[in-house]
Amino acid sequence: MADLITNLSGIKSPNPFWLASAPPTNSGYQIMKAFDAGWGGAVWKTLGVPVVNVSSRYGALNYRDTRMMGFSNIELITDRPLRDNLREIEEVKKRFPDHAVIASLMVETKEEWHQIMKDVTNAGADGVELNFGCPHGMCERGMGSAVGQEPKVLKTIVSWVKEVATIPVIVKLTPNISDITRPALAAVEGGGDAISLINTIQSIVGVDIDKFVPYPIVDGRSSNGGYCGPAVKPIAMNMLKNCAQHPGVNIPISGIGGIENWRDAVEFILLGATSVQVCTAVMHYGFGIIREMVAGLEQYMDEKGFKTLDDFRGKALQNIMHWEDLNLKYKIVADIHEEKCIGCQLCYTACEDGAHQAIGLKENGADRKPFIIEENCVGCNLCSLVCPVEGCITMERRDDGKQQLTWKERTLEGNIPKTFNDELAGGLHHWVPEPADALRKKTPLHYKSV
Amino acid sequence: MSEYKKPQSEKDFSKNFAQIKPLMSDTEAYYESSRCLFCYDAPCVNACPTGIDIPLFIRQINSKNEMGAAKTIYDSNFLGHACGKVCPTEVLCEGACVYNNTDVKPIEIGRLQSFATGKAIRTNRKFYLPGKSNGKKVAVIGAGPAGISCACELRMMGFDVDVFEAKEKPSGLTVHGVAPYKITNEEALAEMKYLQDQFGFHITYCKSIQSKEDLSTLENNYDAIFIGIGLGKTSDLKIKGEELENVIGAVEFAEQLRTKHHQVNVPQKVVVLGGGNTAMDAASEAARMGAEVILAYRRTKEEMPAYDFEYELAKSVGAKGLFNVTPVEIIGENGKVSGIKLKSTSDGNEFIENCNWVIKATGQSKQIDLLRLAGISLDEKGRIAVNEEFQTSNKKYFAAGDAVSGGQEVVNAVANGKKAAWGIKEFLK
Ligand SMILES: Cc1cc2nc3c(=O)[nH]c(=O)nc-3n(C[C@H](O)[C@H](O)[C@H](O)COP(=O)(O)OP(=O)(O)OC[C@H]3O[C@@H](n4cnc5c(N)ncnc54)[C@H](O)[C@@H]3O)c2cc1C
Ligand SMILES: Cc1cc2nc3c(=O)[nH]c(=O)nc-3n(C[C@H](O)[C@H](O)[C@H](O)COP(=O)(O)O)c2cc1C
Ligand code: SF4
Ligand code: SF4
Ligand code: SF4
Repeated sequence: MADLITNLSGIKSPNPFWLASAPPTNSGYQIMKAFDAGWGGAVWKTLGVPVVNVSSRYGALNYRDTRMMGFSNIELITDRPLRDNLREIEEVKKRFPDHAVIASLMVETKEEWHQIMKDVTNAGADGVELNFGCPHGMCERGMGSAVGQEPKVLKTIVSWVKEVATIPVIVKLTPNISDITRPALAAVEGGGDAISLINTIQSIVGVDIDKFVPYPIVDGRSSNGGYCGPAVKPIAMNMLKNCAQHPGVNIPISGIGGIENWRDAVEFILLGATSVQVCTAVMHYGFGIIREMVAGLEQYMDEKGFKTLDDFRGKALQNIMHWEDLNLKYKIVADIHEEKCIGCQLCYTACEDGAHQAIGLKENGADRKPFIIEENCVGCNLCSLVCPVEGCITMERRDDGKQQLTWKERTLEGNIPKTFNDELAGGLHHWVPEPADALRKKTPLHYKSV
Repeated sequence: MSEYKKPQSEKDFSKNFAQIKPLMSDTEAYYESSRCLFCYDAPCVNACPTGIDIPLFIRQINSKNEMGAAKTIYDSNFLGHACGKVCPTEVLCEGACVYNNTDVKPIEIGRLQSFATGKAIRTNRKFYLPGKSNGKKVAVIGAGPAGISCACELRMMGFDVDVFEAKEKPSGLTVHGVAPYKITNEEALAEMKYLQDQFGFHITYCKSIQSKEDLSTLENNYDAIFIGIGLGKTSDLKIKGEELENVIGAVEFAEQLRTKHHQVNVPQKVVVLGGGNTAMDAASEAARMGAEVILAYRRTKEEMPAYDFEYELAKSVGAKGLFNVTPVEIIGENGKVSGIKLKSTSDGNEFIENCNWVIKATGQSKQIDLLRLAGISLDEKGRIAVNEEFQTSNKKYFAAGDAVSGGQEVVNAVANGKKAAWGIKEFLK
């Protein structure tokens, strides 16, 4: 049986699933309910000098019938007095001694940092998370992402905290920066025990096109928000990989951003995360999603024969290289499995208009199933992505698997295109229709031509 | 045993005849439109006789541009709302949807279509203006789907159009023939008003064009004449007892139902003769009026010309099929039907099926006399013969719809009524 026990720099939890610091961790009531449901840890809604919030606070990006694939908020840190939160932390820890309770913190002065560290440690928190990520509101006051974007300031504050810390210190990073490893390194230099990423991405999630105001609308006005939810997962995973691969960032990482099922969690762990944190998915579906997450992770580990999370942590990192190290001799082409094809011709139009004109339609509409023109196919796999039928277009290998040649090797050999009209241009011998063929082409009657 | 109780009130009636393609809510339309794949050279479009750009209008609904969707529909089909409700979509657009090739149910194109157009009608959103007057006048005989479609297109091209309609309401069989669970009178008439408001053609009601004199007047006052008169009464069976009270034509029955609703007195047991879609309608309708219904057809079930889904619908409301039987004689007591003598086509045995009503769904006659008066050639089946421009042998006359096809669907009448307008434009150039 898989063992999900997690230990992030000394912060232990029965499984790697933590609630991210956000509305679901606003109160002891919610966190007890979450632990009862099966969550392994919770990062308390950021504590500090309590704020005053606006309404409304959220906006969403819906994609077709999918609600909230992206989510944006303009909420600040906790609006509850510190003493209430401390009392509840104590109570939660008493009832759930084996679960991880981490206090997220955001204050300004050294004295405040020292004071609040003492308070949450006394309340029984297993660790703290320094919120250098909030990209709206708090940064205007010199906190949150204003710190996360200044590695020097970040390092200083981490070292203040470490002066008094007796429990592990996690530094939460903002993605609103071009090189995430710089603040990550600063966290290491300041003495941080772990980092967590990502916090939300500065965003305008949508605009009311009748009122001319972006969402969320507060009395006819708006402000930039922080973006999260499934849509940000690819960005979060890239930043996770950048930190995990950097030799200088030699502290554990808690992964955050768009996680909503076991599969997402496995991906984060394969990229080096020790624990994973979840916010939007819980705001959308409630604490109950943990059932699927834990069960799925256990089953995956059992099937793969992984006994502990360490057995596969970071396992995908070794396969992520620079582009110049990829094998240029590897050749795949698309293959349509006619028996599955439903004849939507999305692959045809995608390749025809958006790729390499490598898909043809049968003459006189014999049937609607397109075919691949192999000599034109560059193996980009766009068609297999747009095809609505599972397993209908597969990519088949055509090289013999014996040859290996990378851009780096070609560069060393001087065997790369160097001038604008170089004979070595990759697309030189690839067939392209004449421009004016576009206008001669027979298009379906209902497509208006201008 | 019938599954429906005889309706005693308008409320009962609308319950028994609840719309089988009810209006979608915003939520349903949003979710359903999300499923459309936006196929290339979409087969659904090719299956629509009016060639509506279906993926486009569905995408417009999904991006909350419902008015844009309605315009896309009306650009191709002036009876977009009615068609969404009454078209046999199972064999047209929805039958061609690529989802049929998977185990996923096809997109509900008809309902999405009525959703968008319904909003345009309810908000009276106008998309078209009549064209600049070209000084020419066209008379349209019959305010059915063919006539109205032709009139709209002609107005758009700048013709003056006067429509002459025998009945007191427009929209032809959409209001007088189509089963009440497909479209309500209000819905059909609202679209008519919506179109008339935009295109400004004039309709004279209760004006049946019958005599040589009527025709001469039209010929003298108009540059061209369009005939969209559809078909006539139910044809005679020519068997004994047909003249009895309670022997009724399916088209006449449908018309009674559409106008009088629950006040039509359908007796306990009804035999419907025929195997076409009209027979299926009549069987469904009689069953929903509380009757026990037997559907008698002279050949096998498989040979019935009706669409499978129409037969299924009739069966689902309790009608029972009786195959390989031909009617020999309708039997009466005191001038009323008491039964029908049927003969098995396989063994020749005759038997009597007791009933109180016989509905003949055995085809509609043609208005041959009028067409002869106009000097229009007909084909061997009595249908108006036309060329590709929908022009008849009498050059001044154009025609489309059931009078030409011998009986198709509303959507075909709409498609061809419009094409006839292009023919008229060409002719009067
Ligand atoms: C019982 C029944 C059910 C049907 N159900 C469906 C269905 O569910 N879906 C579908 O798509 N199709 C259905 N149809 C077919 C469809 O109704 C017709 O194909 C369509 O209405 C034909 O349109 P039209 O304009 O040619 O003729 P009609 O709709 O018949 O319109 C002809 C119009 O001309 C008028 N007229 C006739 N003669 C004269 C005259 N001499 N002078 C002035 N006016 C005249 C009539 O009063 C009528 O208003 C059904 C048909 C029947 C009979
Ligand atoms: C409404 C809302 C409030 C948040 N408040 C905080 C906060 O107080 N402190 C913090 O560190 N992160 C906060 N976050 C960021 C989340 O912890 C998390 O980093 C982000 O939502 C990405 O994860 P997700 O997309 O999986 O939810 C907040 C997010 C949301 C949606
Ligand atoms: S893989 Fe790319 S180039 Fe090849 S057929 Fe598919 S879309 Fe076209
Ligand atoms: S996208 Fe897939 S299902 Fe659609 S036509 Fe291409 S191969 Fe067939
Ligand atoms: S065939 Fe179906 S999925 Fe494809 S465009 Fe038409 S309605 Fe949409």
